[in-house]
Amino acid sequence: MEFVEKIRQKLAAAMLILGVFVVWEIACLLMGIPEIVLPRPTVILETLSARLPQLMPHVLQTLGTTLTGFVMGVTVGMLLGAIVGSSRVAYDTAYPLLVGFSSIPKVAVVPIFVLWFGSGTVPAVLTSFIICIFPVVVNVATGLATTEPELEDVLKSLGAKKREILWNVGIPRAMPYFFASLKVAITLAFVGTVLAETIASNRGIGNVMMIATSSFDVPLVFSGLFLLALLGVALYLVFSLIERRVAGWAMRKSELPTL
Amino acid sequence: MLTEQQSTRATPSFDVVPGEGGREAIKLEKAEVVYGRGKRTTQALAPTQLRVEKGEFVALVGPSGCGKSTILKLVSNLLAPSSGHVHVGGREVGAKRVGVGMAFQNPTMLPWLSVRDNVMLPLKIVPPFRSRFRKARKGEFRDRADALLEKVGLKGFGDKQPWQLSGGMLQRASLCRALIHEPELLLLDEPFGALDQFTREELWGILQNLWLESKPTVLLVTHDLREAAFLGTRICVMSPRPGKIIDDQPVPMARPRTISMTYDQDFVRLTQQLRELITHSRPDVA
Ligand SMILES: Nc1ncnc2c1ncn2[C@@H]1O[C@H](COP(=O)(O)OP(=O)(O)O)[C@@H](O)[C@H]1O
Ligand SMILES: [Mg+2]
Repeated sequence: MEFVEKIRQKLAAAMLILGVFVVWEIACLLMGIPEIVLPRPTVILETLSARLPQLMPHVLQTLGTTLTGFVMGVTVGMLLGAIVGSSRVAYDTAYPLLVGFSSIPKVAVVPIFVLWFGSGTVPAVLTSFIICIFPVVVNVATGLATTEPELEDVLKSLGAKKREILWNVGIPRAMPYFFASLKVAITLAFVGTVLAETIASNRGIGNVMMIATSSFDVPLVFSGLFLLALLGVALYLVFSLIERRVAGWAMRKSELPTL
Repeated sequence: MLTEQQSTRATPSFDVVPGEGGREAIKLEKAEVVYGRGKRTTQALAPTQLRVEKGEFVALVGPSGCGKSTILKLVSNLLAPSSGHVHVGGREVGAKRVGVGMAFQNPTMLPWLSVRDNVMLPLKIVPPFRSRFRKARKGEFRDRADALLEKVGLKGFGDKQPWQLSGGMLQRASLCRALIHEPELLLLDEPFGALDQFTREELWGILQNLWLESKPTVLLVTHDLREAAFLGTRICVMSPRPGKIIDDQPVPMARPRTISMTYDQDFVRLTQQLRELITHSRPDVA
C-alpha cells in the first residue's frame, strides 16, 4: 500500500518536472523565441553534453568551494549555536547581533573579501562560509534552548554530569533542528559561492556563466544554471537522507502504525 | 553528631557505619521551598521535617499542589531547598552518590529512543553499570529491560517508540526505568495516576513484591488513599499549600497484603481517617 503510494508520488514529481520542460520547449518553438533570449531545453542539454568535459573542472571547483565553505560554516555555526543555546543570557544577548549580522546583504561583503584576500577561491569560500553560519546557529540554539527541563531532570535525577546531559538530551533534542538548518545552509552556500565567483574569480560555474553572458553564449549560461540546480538538488537529497536516518524520530507523521 | 561524621569518613562504605546514622535514608530538616523571585513568589513547601529509615516504604498523601512533587525533587537533588537541609544517605543531598530511581508524574520518555532504550537509560549513566553499558546493551542489559517490561505487562513493546504507547503504558515503562538499576532509593510520583483500576491494583502487587524482594527505601507520592495504605509501611499526610507534614502514622497490616484486604474493616477505617484529615486540614489549623 505504502510502497505504491510512494512510487506514485515520485512519478508525479518526475512528470511535473518533465512537463515544465515540454511546455518550455513547445512555447519556444511556437513563439519562435530566439536562442539568444531563451534557449530551448533540448538546446541546453545539447550544449551541456558537448561542453561537459570543458565544464567539469568548473563544476568541481564550485562544488569544492561550496563544500569547504559549508563545512566551515556548519562547524562554526554549531559551536556558536551550542554556546548561544546553552544559556538564557547568551541567547538574549547574542541574538540581536546575529540578526544584524545576517541581514547584511552578502553581495556587499564580497568586495571586502577581495580587498583583503585578492580575487580567486578564498573570497568564494568565505562568502559561502558566512552565508551558511546564521541558519545553523539559530537552529542549534533554538533546539538546545527549547529542551524540556523535564527531560533533563530524568538524567539529573540519576546523578548525570552536565556533559552527559548535553550528550544524551541536549544534542539528540537539537538534531532535527540542526538537520533542518543543514538543508537550508547547503543551498545558501551555493548561492554564496556562485555570487563570489561571478564577481571576483576566474574559475567556477559562476565565472563561466559570467563570461558566457558577456559573449552572448546564452545556451552556455543556461547550462550553468542547469548544473547548479542539479548540484543543489543532489546535496539537498543527501542531507535529507542523513536527516531521515539520524533525526527520524521527529518526523513521525510519515510512519504507519505497525504491529 | 561530630563523631558520627568522623566515623563515616573513616569507613569506606557507608552501609557498615553502626548506630542511628546508618539507618537513616532521607531526612528533611526545616526544608522550605519558595518558587520564583522578587515579588512573585510561591511558598510551595513550608519548613518541613521528615525522616525516613532505610527499607521503609513511605506513602506521601495530600491535596494537589501541596508540595508532594517538590519534596521528591528535593530528595532527588533536582531542587535545592530555599532554607533548611536535605540529607540523603546520611549526608547533605548531592554530596554522595546514592542510587536513585525516580518515576516522574509525567512519564518523561526521551522521544528519540525506543521504549527499551529509555528503560535502559539509567544503566548508561549510573555506576557500576555504565562501564559495561557498551558491551551489555545488546545482551544482558537488553534482557533485563525486556524482563522488567514483561513484568509490568509491556511484553513486546520494547522496540516501539514512546509516542506509540498510551499514557498508562508510558507510566508503566517509566516505572521500569526507575527500577532497572535496582536503586536503593525509589522516588515515585503518582506512578499509577493514569492507569485504570485493575491495572493499578495489579501493579500495586508487583511493586509490593519488588519491595519485599530487595527492600529499597521508597517514597511514594499518591492521592489514592487505598494505594497508600496498601503499599506503605508508613503514611505521611500533608496540609494544603504551603504544605507540611501534619500526620505520620504506621500501617500495621501484615505483608504480603492482598487487594481483598483493602476492604477489611481496619483498612477502611484507616483510609477513612486519612480522608477526614485531608478534607478538614486548613493551612491555619496546621
Ligand atoms: N517551577 C515552579 N515554579 C513556580 N511554582 C511552582 C513550580 N513548581 C511547582 N510550583 C507550585 O508549587 C506548589 C507545589 O507544587 P507540587 O510540589 O508540584 O505539588 P503536588 O503536591 O501537586 O505535587 C504548587 O502550588 C505549584 O503551583
Ligand atoms: Mg505533583
